[in-house]
Amino acid sequence: MTDYNDAGAAGAIHTRPSKTNPYEDIRSRGFPILTRTDFSDVTFLLEVEHPAMARAAKPGQFVIIILDEHGERVPLTIADFDRDRGTVTLVVQAVGKSTRQMQATLHEGGTLYGIVGPMGVPSHVSGAKKVICVGGGLGVAPIYPQARAFKEAGAYVIGVVGFRNKDLVFWDDKFRAVCDEFIICTDDGSVGIKGLVTLGITQALQAHVDVDEVVVIGPPIMMKGCVETTRPYKVKTMVSLNPIMVDGTGMCGGCRVKVDDRIRFACVDGPDFDGHKVDFDDLMLRLKRYKAQERDALERYDENCRRTQLPHEAGGAH
Amino acid sequence: MARKTIRSIPQQRALMPVQEPEIRAKNFDEVALGFDVPNALLECERCLVCPQPACIEGCPVNIDIPGFITRMIKHDYQGAYDLLTDSTLLPAVCGRVCPQEDQCEGVCPVGAGGTLEPVAIGRLERWLGDRAIAEGWRKVSHIERQPFRVGIVGSGPAGMACAADLAKAGCKVTIFEALHEPGGVLRYGIPEFRLPNSVVDAEIGAIEALGVEIKCNTLVGRLFTIEQMLGEMGYDAVFIGTGAGSPRFMDLPGEGLNGVLSANELLTRCNLMRAGQFPAYDTPLGLGKRVAVIGAGNTAMDAMRVSLRLGAEEVHCIYRRTETECPARKEELHHAEEEGIEFHWLTNPVEILGDANGNVRTLRCVRMELGDPDASGRRSPVVVPGSEFDFEADTVVYAIGTSPNPILGQTSKLKLDKRGYIQCDDSLATSLAGVYAGGDIVTGAATVILAMGAGRKAAASIKRYLGIRDSGRVYAPEHAGLDGSIFGIDLAERNFTHVRLI
Ligand SMILES: Cc1cc2nc3c(=O)[nH]c(=O)nc-3n(C[C@H](O)[C@H](O)[C@H](O)COP(=O)(O)OP(=O)(O)OC[C@H]3O[C@@H](n4cnc5c(N)ncnc54)[C@H](O)[C@@H]3O)c2cc1C
Ligand SMILES: Cc1cc2nc3c(=O)[nH]c(=O)nc-3n(C[C@H](O)[C@H](O)[C@H](O)COP(=O)(O)OP(=O)(O)OC[C@H]3O[C@@H](n4cnc5c(N)ncnc54)[C@H](O)[C@@H]3O)c2cc1C
Ligand code: SF4
Ligand code: FES
Repeated sequence: MTDYNDAGAAGAIHTRPSKTNPYEDIRSRGFPILTRTDFSDVTFLLEVEHPAMARAAKPGQFVIIILDEHGERVPLTIADFDRDRGTVTLVVQAVGKSTRQMQATLHEGGTLYGIVGPMGVPSHVSGAKKVICVGGGLGVAPIYPQARAFKEAGAYVIGVVGFRNKDLVFWDDKFRAVCDEFIICTDDGSVGIKGLVTLGITQALQAHVDVDEVVVIGPPIMMKGCVETTRPYKVKTMVSLNPIMVDGTGMCGGCRVKVDDRIRFACVDGPDFDGHKVDFDDLMLRLKRYKAQERDALERYDENCRRTQLPHEAGGAH
Repeated sequence: MARKTIRSIPQQRALMPVQEPEIRAKNFDEVALGFDVPNALLECERCLVCPQPACIEGCPVNIDIPGFITRMIKHDYQGAYDLLTDSTLLPAVCGRVCPQEDQCEGVCPVGAGGTLEPVAIGRLERWLGDRAIAEGWRKVSHIERQPFRVGIVGSGPAGMACAADLAKAGCKVTIFEALHEPGGVLRYGIPEFRLPNSVVDAEIGAIEALGVEIKCNTLVGRLFTIEQMLGEMGYDAVFIGTGAGSPRFMDLPGEGLNGVLSANELLTRCNLMRAGQFPAYDTPLGLGKRVAVIGAGNTAMDAMRVSLRLGAEEVHCIYRRTETECPARKEELHHAEEEGIEFHWLTNPVEILGDANGNVRTLRCVRMELGDPDASGRRSPVVVPGSEFDFEADTVVYAIGTSPNPILGQTSKLKLDKRGYIQCDDSLATSLAGVYAGGDIVTGAATVILAMGAGRKAAASIKRYLGIRDSGRVYAPEHAGLDGSIFGIDLAERNFTHVRLI
C-alpha cells in the first residue's frame, strides 16, 4: 500500500506573492525605530517599522513591547499607524522602571527587541453622527486614531483632551485637523479651559443635545469621572481599559476586569467596554497589586542611573 | 535464550536517583535525575518482550516499546532511538511528562499482579532522548524538496510535531508563535524542575535543523488572518495548534482581590518571564507566604511546587474530590507530597475575603462528600451542610481548567463547536479547505503526547491534501533474509532515498 498518487491537492498552486508584500519577510525580533519625538520630559513618541502591523492595525488596538531579554511585557496603545511608511506610532509616558528605561535607551536609528500585536478587539467605529472623543494623560495619543476614524466615517467629532499645563500639550494640530470642535482642558488654565476633561465633556453635552456616543481613554480615575459625567445624559460611553497584563493573548487572566458583573479579559475581550457597566474600583484596586515591587524597581533603577550617569539622568531632571 | 518470565526478571525497578525533598523544594534543578547506563540496562532486563505487547496498544502513538528495549539490550542505543523516534518526535519531553501510569505502564503485565512495578518505560524513553541530545543524534532522512509552503500557528507540541513531519516531507514550513519564545506549554507552563528549558531548546533546535523557520512575536488572527495566510501570503496549507489556554475562574465573591491569580499567570511569570529572579528580570511575581491552590491536576501541582520554590512558607491544595480522582501524574502527586504540600481533599472554596487594602486574607471553604453515583457511574461531590470554615491564605491560585483561546474564532470563519473549540473531521480538517487543526484547541486540555500525535496526524492529512507521497511511513522489511530484496535493499523501499546522514 502506498500513498503515492493520492490526489487532492485542490488549488495547491498559487501565484507567489510579490516582493512588496508586507508579509513576505515578517520580522520577529529587532524592530527599527524610525523616529523619536519628545513632547515633554515624561512623554515621548516612537515610530517603529513593522509593515505588516501597520497594515493590520485598527483604532483601539494595542501592542506589547519588550525592551530586552530581561524586560517585562509592556502594553502600549497604537497611537497612530502609517500604511505607506509601514510604521506604527506609540506614545509613552515614563511612569515607572520599564517606561523610564525606554525613555533612556530607545532612540532614532535604534531597534526595539520585541513588539507583538496588534492586540485586542478594534474599537467599533459605530454609525454615530456626533461623538465626543476624550483623552487625558496616557490616553491623549490613543484617542487620536479613533477621532480620525469617526471623522472618516462622516461623524461630527468633538475632541476633548486634558493636560496639566500648556507645556505638556502635543498633537493639538493633528486633533484640530480631524475634529469639528476641539476643547483643551488644563489644570491651571494656561491654555484652553481651566478644569478637568469632565468639565469639557459637560460643556459639549450641554451645547449639543444630540451626541450619540462618548469615547474616553485615560487613567482609570479619569475614565470613572467621565462615565459618571455622561451617565445622567444617558449617552453611550465607551472606555479603553488598561489593567496589568502579561501575555496579552488571553492565556493568563491577569488582565481580568469586571464588566456588567462578569469577568472579562481586557486583552482579548476588550480593551474597549461600555463604561457605564465597568467596575472601576475593581480595576483601580488591581492596578495597585505590584505597587511595592514597582517602587523598588524604580528606586533601584534610578540609583543605577545615577551611578552610571545614563543620559536621561545626566540632564539632572530630578 | 530461555523466555523471560515474571519470576526470572529483576523484581525491583532499577534505581533512578532523585533530589532529596528538603533540598529540591528550594531549587529549580530537575527533581528526577534519570538512569545511568547500568541501571537503564537493568531496567531493560525487566521487559518480558511480550509476543502481543499490551504497552504498544496502551501508547497513544504506538511506540514499539519491546522493539526499542531489545535494541537497548544489544547496546544498539542509536538504533533504539531511531525506532523510538519513528513514533514520537519528542522522546526527552514525553519520557518526562507523559502520564505513563495511564498509558503504556498501566497495561504492562509486569505490573498487573500488583506486587511488582511495571517496566519503567517512561524513564527508559527519557534516557534515550537525553542520550540523543548529548550525542547529537539526529534522524534526518533525505529530504526531497516540494514546492509547497505550510504555515503553522502555535509552537506547542502539536505545532512542532506537525512542522517536523512536513519539513521532512520537503515542505517549506514556518511556525508563527504569539509569545516571544517558542514551545507553548512546555515553555511557559511546565516548570524547569520537571522539564528543563535545555531539553525544550534541544527539541526546538532539532526542528529548526530540519529547515523549519520559527517566527515569535507573531499573533495570528490579529497581525494577519488564517484566510490571509491561504490567500495573499501564499501558504498552501495551514495547521492550527494554539492550545486551550484561557484560564477559568469560579466567579466567587472576592475574586478581584489582589493575591488571586490563575496558575497560568503564576507559571508564566515564573517560567517565561523569570519573575523568580526579580529585580534582575523586570516582571514582578507578588507571591505571598501562605498559598492556597485550587485544583489538583498537573497545572495545580506545578503551581504549588513552584510556589514552594519561590519562598512560600506553606502551600495548600484545595480539591473538591478525593485523592483517587486527582488527575495529576502519580509521580508529581507523590513528589508534591514529599516536598511538604498539604492536601485538603473533599474541600471546596466558596468565598475569598480581603483585608482593608484589598489583599487576600482568608479563603472560606466547605467540606464535601461523595454523593451517589450519577448516570456515568461517577460519584460527584456534594456539600456537607453547615461545614463552612475559614482558611488563612494570602495568595489564592486557580488551577481549575481552561477554555479555548478566542482569538482565531474572533478573526476567522473557522467553525467552532459548542464549547468554542475548533471543529474538525477525522482527518483533522477544519471547515476551511486547506486548514487543519489539532492539540488542545480541538480536544480541550489534554496531554503533550496526544497533542503531538494530533500534529503528526494532521501532517499526514496535509501531505495527502497537497498530494505528497507519505514519506513519514516506516518501511520495515517484511522478513529477514534476502528474499524480496535487491542487493540486500528491501523492495518495499521502492527508492533509495532513505539514508541516514548521522
Ligand atoms: C491596553 C493598555 C494600553 C496602554 N497604553 C499606554 C500608552 O499608550 N502609553 C503609555 O504610556 N502607557 C500605556 N499603558 C500603560 C503602560 O503599560 C504602563 O504605564 C506600563 O506598563 C508601566 O510600566 P513601568 O515599569 O514603567 O511602570 P510600573 O513601575 O510597572 O508602574 C508605575 C505606575 O504605572 C501603573 N501601571 C503599571 N502597569 C500599568 C498598566 N498596565 N496600565 C496602567 N497603569 C499601569 C502602576 O499602577 C504604577 O502606578 C497601557 C496599558 C494597557 C493595559
Ligand atoms: C502547567 C501545565 C502542566 C502540564 N503538565 C503536563 C504533563 O505533565 N504531562 C502532559 O502530558 N501534559 C501536561 N500538560 C498538558 C499539555 O502541556 C498540553 O496538553 C499540551 O501542551 C498541548 O499542546 P498544544 O500544542 O495543543 O498547545 P500549547 O502547548 O498550549 O501551545 C500553543 C501555542 O500556541 C500559541 N498561540 C496561541 N494562540 C496563538 C495565535 N493566535 N497566534 C500565534 N500563536 C498562538 C501559544 O502562545 C502557545 O505557545 C500540562 C499543561 C499545563 C498548563
Ligand atoms: S507490556 Fe511490559 S513487559 Fe510487555 S513488552 Fe511492553 S514493557 Fe515489556
Ligand atoms: S494579559 Fe494575560 S490574559 Fe490578558
